[in-house]
Amino acid sequence: MTYQANKYGYYGQYGGAFIPEMLHNNIETLQNKYLSIIESEAFKKEFKSLLKHYVGRPTPLYLAKRLSERYNTTIFLKREDLCHTGAHKVNNTIGQILLAKALGKTRIIAETGAGQHGVATATVCALMGIDCVVYMGAVDIERQAPNVKRMKMLGAEVRPANSGSKTLKDATNEAMRDWIANPNDTHYIIGSVVGPHPFPDMVARFQSVISEEMKWQLKEQTGKEDPDYVIACVGGGSNAAGAFYHYLDNDIVQLIAVEASGLGVDSGESAATTILGKPGVLHGSKTLFMQTEDGQVIEPYSISAGLDYPGIGPVHANLFETGRAKFLHATDEEALTAVLELSRLEGIIPALETAHALAVLKNMDFKQEEVVVVNISGRGDKDLETYIKHGLDKK
Amino acid sequence: MNRIQQLFEKRNKNILNVFCTAGYPKLNDLVPIVESLEKSGADIVEIGIPYSDPSADGPTIQYSNGVALKNGMNLKLLLEQLKDIRMTVSIPLIFMGDINPILQFGMEAFLQACQTIGIDGVIIPNLPLREYEEMYKPLFERYEQSNIFLITPQTSEERIRKIDRLTNSFIYVVSTYAITGGQLAVDAQADYFNRIKAMNLNNPTLIGFGIGDHNSFHAACQYLNGAIIGSAFIKALDGSNDVKVTTEKFVKSIIN
Repeated sequence: MTYQANKYGYYGQYGGAFIPEMLHNNIETLQNKYLSIIESEAFKKEFKSLLKHYVGRPTPLYLAKRLSERYNTTIFLKREDLCHTGAHKVNNTIGQILLAKALGKTRIIAETGAGQHGVATATVCALMGIDCVVYMGAVDIERQAPNVKRMKMLGAEVRPANSGSKTLKDATNEAMRDWIANPNDTHYIIGSVVGPHPFPDMVARFQSVISEEMKWQLKEQTGKEDPDYVIACVGGGSNAAGAFYHYLDNDIVQLIAVEASGLGVDSGESAATTILGKPGVLHGSKTLFMQTEDGQVIEPYSISAGLDYPGIGPVHANLFETGRAKFLHATDEEALTAVLELSRLEGIIPALETAHALAVLKNMDFKQEEVVVVNISGRGDKDLETYIKHGLDKK
Repeated sequence: MNRIQQLFEKRNKNILNVFCTAGYPKLNDLVPIVESLEKSGADIVEIGIPYSDPSADGPTIQYSNGVALKNGMNLKLLLEQLKDIRMTVSIPLIFMGDINPILQFGMEAFLQACQTIGIDGVIIPNLPLREYEEMYKPLFERYEQSNIFLITPQTSEERIRKIDRLTNSFIYVVSTYAITGGQLAVDAQADYFNRIKAMNLNNPTLIGFGIGDHNSFHAACQYLNGAIIGSAFIKALDGSNDVKVTTEKFVKSIIN
């Protein structure tokens, strides 16, 4: 069984490219060319070089001794938080900007929720000297002011999405509409493993460097390249897709995806898609997402703006349905507790998104000799205001 | 021969297709609007199924979708509202909507309901050609619904020919690179429209996106069989006290 996309971008029943005719040419061009471009020697050379010298890869795989003691097992942290711009998002934007250049595109658009993908996109556009427009929900612009300023400093234009609920899903809609109106010169850098084929597969490939490194780093430190568990948080699911990628066909490795349950799964304020969602078509692919009986998109809730997305990527919908990955969830409260725990035990302040992955450690039944890798997808600087508001500095 | 084919057989010039969003501006306005559209001279009515996240629509149609959903419109209610529409309206009626609400309702149940009501065709902009051919074409045929496709200035000749083979009503010619609700300099797209005309397609062609008044409608009709008006009508209905009067006034302003 393969958990990768087939040539039409389907993972089992999920995926595909449900796009209006106005996007057909751009999507078809991407579908026809993305593999030959990203597998070319010239592309790989430049991509690897930028990941090493610009992003700061390989990121460390760190044996967290005190955290391991707490949970009676062996826990490694994959330090994506040490990437340039503070999260794994930049792995994808470096890849896509090189792809956009290869396609001769001269203008970049992107959507962003918390602003991390927007910052990572603005960063690579500055690096390459390409015009950049980032769509961001008007509500998120208010909530994430420092990242808005960062994007502007980097030379990007931040356009508020004033439609719908004015958050991430609406920013994605606006970016799609921009692409419809500017199909010739523009490339849309989607920030997660979502959207029409080939985006989910392409983004997963760019993020797969995470598990590629994990394998040799684990081998170096433990003598074997396969851990017993890989744990990652899932909003759209790009860091999880990267952390799982090279282990998908290796059933020995248990894959744990953690969704945000907000105020609780049954509270009506949640983003636990695999529990609350059902199959449908959102943002160009068939996947699981939260919707009304009538098929209208439901606005999710999580304290973490990066997990505040109504759906998950089709790759994850398939991993869920086949049972290849186990989906757990963590509330706002549990995530905040996990933030403080990692800060105090290991001297690492994680992002709110990442904290959801850490929050399930307490629910797991690990054995002492088992090896657990938690993907530390981002650092907590951007969330400092939230942490202070919840009194984490006073505990 | 379906109602759309009959229409074009009778007249293949100056065809006016008007779009309205079901449940907008008020929940129960759809039937009086459709009746007034026919009475005042529209040739086809395109009924929008409201959706929370429409992909190719500009602010005006997005707004009407939001209002309609807030009013309580949904696909089930929409089909219920239209159940007797063929007692009063005889012009072709088509549905336009995102695929997701239709999938949740059930594609087959939806198409069957369309046939029962007397709907003639369906535009589902984000239903891909491949999926249509492989999964849904037999259902469209069984329930005698025409699948109406969009083409754009970027659509290749080969693909246009394929679309022409796959449909039996008309082809929706998206005028330019834009979302709905913009303003179009029709003559600037003359080369594109003439290219389509020169292809001598089996199906008639209607121009949509950016057509909103007397001048742009008649300019578009110089090139192809007619045009589709959406956002301008939605704007006209905003705040209307009497949708029948507003509709008649609007259509007259386009035709005359």
